[in-house]
Amino acid sequence: MSDALDVLDQVGKWKASGKGVAIATVITTWGSSPRPVGSQLGVDDTGAMVGSVSGGCIEGAVVKEALASIADGQPRLLDFGVTDEQAWDVGLACGGKVQVFVEKVG
Amino acid sequence: MKSETLAALQDARTRRQALALATRLSDAAEALIYSDRTEGPLASDPAVVAAARRALGIGRSETVEVGAQRIFLNVYVPPPRLIIVGAVHIAQSLAPMASLLDFDVTVVDPRRAFATDSRFPGVKVMQEWADDAFEKMGLDVSTAVVTLTHDPKLDDPALEAALKSDVFYIGALGSRRTHAKRKERLAEAGITDEQFARIHGPVGLDIGARSPAEIAVSIMGQIVEVRARRLDALAGPKVVAA
Repeated sequence: MSDALDVLDQVGKWKASGKGVAIATVITTWGSSPRPVGSQLGVDDTGAMVGSVSGGCIEGAVVKEALASIADGQPRLLDFGVTDEQAWDVGLACGGKVQVFVEKVG
Repeated sequence: MKSETLAALQDARTRRQALALATRLSDAAEALIYSDRTEGPLASDPAVVAAARRALGIGRSETVEVGAQRIFLNVYVPPPRLIIVGAVHIAQSLAPMASLLDFDVTVVDPRRAFATDSRFPGVKVMQEWADDAFEKMGLDVSTAVVTLTHDPKLDDPALEAALKSDVFYIGALGSRRTHAKRKERLAEAGITDEQFARIHGPVGLDIGARSPAEIAVSIMGQIVEVRARRLDALAGPKVVAA
């Protein structure tokens, strides 16, 4: 099963059980980013994750924004990369840049 | 993402149907673009639909500018499928490897002793003749077929049926000599040299594979290579033209 579809499956199960859920999607990449455009991370309102939007380097920050999105219903556009001032916190070890769109489901 | 959108994406997956989801990044407005229809508020913008159709055609997700809007086009294509003909020892290694690589795997073998679920945990097993099984499943362009039985009575009808379809990969286990004999038999059945050339035989990359698991690696490596080249070729010229 393709992993993008695994994410949708799990997100659907979370929704069905009454949880608040958000989906984060890689929408653009520059340089050598670990996951291609279209890669998705599903997050529930307890912070549980399914899928990935990087090799693990930015997931923590994305989950935080996903929880905020579940709370206020607003979509978010996040930038990550080595030129980012957060580089030392959540930079991509590979030197790439990614843009991640986060939105609540439902 | 609306709940209905999530449900539509899951439904399309079940039916092995490709579609694109267009999302406007400023406000998360959406449209679903199928090959034959569109849904959702954003579908009223013909420029968005046109861009989504192009992305769907090349099978690649991307972010595009449409007028003043930034639109993310997420293309969902059915996962590739591997049909293994012959529930033999090599198949027991090949099936889990292909599953790991996100292929939907089906093992087909009419022989009762071979085609058992206990030999293939977690994989779909069909105890049928290959040509019957293919007709039920419907071979498509995201399908690969590998024959492993070594028995012409089982392999040949499968290869003939696969050659009549547009599957992206056909492989047949057997030595060069076996493959040459196969060519003669299929020629008698009306398969031309050009058609026969679609069959990868001896199957797999030449990595000196000996054990069943090593042979499975060589076969899987070749399938991954053929698929990647095909997707590259598909994406290349259309992007330049666009």
